Amino acid sequence: MSKKILIVGGGLSGTIVANGLCRQIKSEIRKGDVSITMLGTSDTHMYQPGLLYLPFGRIRERELFRPQRKVLHKSVIFHVDPATNIDVDNKRVTCKSGAVHDYDYLVLATGSRLMPQNIPGLAEGAHWLYDLEGARKMREALDNFEGGKIVVNVNAPHKCPVAPLEITFMLKDYLQGKGLWDKTEITYTYPIGRVLALEPVAEWAKPAMDESGIKYETFFNTKEVDPAAKTISSEEGVTLDYDLLVTIPPHAGAEVITDSGLGDGGWVPTHRTKLLREGSTDVFVCGDTTNIPISKAGSTAHFEADVIIDNLTSLLTENRWAREYDGKVFCFVETGMKTGTYVWFDYKTPPNPGAPSQMIHWFKLAYNRLYWLSAKGLL
Amino acid sequence: MSERKLIDARGSFCPGPLMELIAALKLMQLGDEVEIYSTDQGTAKDVPEWCAKVGHEAIESGEKNDHWFVVVRKAK
Repeated sequence: MSKKILIVGGGLSGTIVANGLCRQIKSEIRKGDVSITMLGTSDTHMYQPGLLYLPFGRIRERELFRPQRKVLHKSVIFHVDPATNIDVDNKRVTCKSGAVHDYDYLVLATGSRLMPQNIPGLAEGAHWLYDLEGARKMREALDNFEGGKIVVNVNAPHKCPVAPLEITFMLKDYLQGKGLWDKTEITYTYPIGRVLALEPVAEWAKPAMDESGIKYETFFNTKEVDPAAKTISSEEGVTLDYDLLVTIPPHAGAEVITDSGLGDGGWVPTHRTKLLREGSTDVFVCGDTTNIPISKAGSTAHFEADVIIDNLTSLLTENRWAREYDGKVFCFVETGMKTGTYVWFDYKTPPNPGAPSQMIHWFKLAYNRLYWLSAKGLL
Repeated sequence: MSERKLIDARGSFCPGPLMELIAALKLMQLGDEVEIYSTDQGTAKDVPEWCAKVGHEAIESGEKNDHWFVVVRKAK
């Protein structure tokens, strides 16, 4: 009898799992022994990290998008029909259309979403670039900015851990390029007692901020924003004035996860090396959807997806487990408009970033195109 | 009835134990407790300091075998 693999979510992690499986078990799929079905929320695939460049005029919108059907291997059965209920006891998923899909193996790749509405005044008073509409509005705000106080405000939890620093240093270079830096003051706020969670990156960034004249306020957990008075206040008792507020909003997991009782906040309790939902042997969890205490980033999703592909392939073809996830994460770090560095780490290896260079920045720009090979499972 | 949640942040270099704690507290009810494991010795000092600053209660901390732990009660 045919084995059914059901993937809920059409973002990077779900797409890599689907495409990777098609390559690993193509003969089983061709013979009809295995089917792969994806339930997505959109017919379009977006390269999310590219949004970083949009407000600064460094990427065109059309470069961010491709039709999801063209990104997916032709063997994947793809439905744009968001899941509304995931029943892991009875092994079935119900969709918005009313369609019901059963499965032998389920991959949860439902991702994360922005929740600026969780902080009073933040949605009304702030700009962000973590989604297309926000990035467009931030681009317009920067077009109209003539100098003044900018606050770059970071909230937890959020994906893409180094993006707040990238935004800050790119803002500085952008404003220098427009001749506005002398009229601008940037204050960067961060929830814990250093400028980034990754300690070695924070150790590099703090003196770089000092040298650039970028102020910072650590231990700043946003309590509220007053859009009329243009102030932002923290739980720790600090209030800052702003002319332009740029935020990294707090995130949550997908609504279908909480609605299905699979995890508080939309994060699914997940085994840190097996990537199985806690309590399940047939439900894998990938990317932002896990509650594993590591970075929510595209590279995390990619490395996890590779492990899930290998394990599902081995389970289907040899009835055995292949390998464990080692916690690997890799992040490019744009340190301005012309330089970049990178950092990687896993559960046992601490991060150790190198000195920023133009070559790494160029490689990041190249990766902005190579991404589509990653999504197709070729890189 | 209050609950106790566990965050096993051993080997978590990013976002790290305190960021995980901050995110977890947002999902908890008043009076709920969270215990956090960390392989970073600084956690046993940083977490109680931050709790004192914002008004949560760090009710226990110390060293256990291969890691440090802190128990926090949501108080606001």
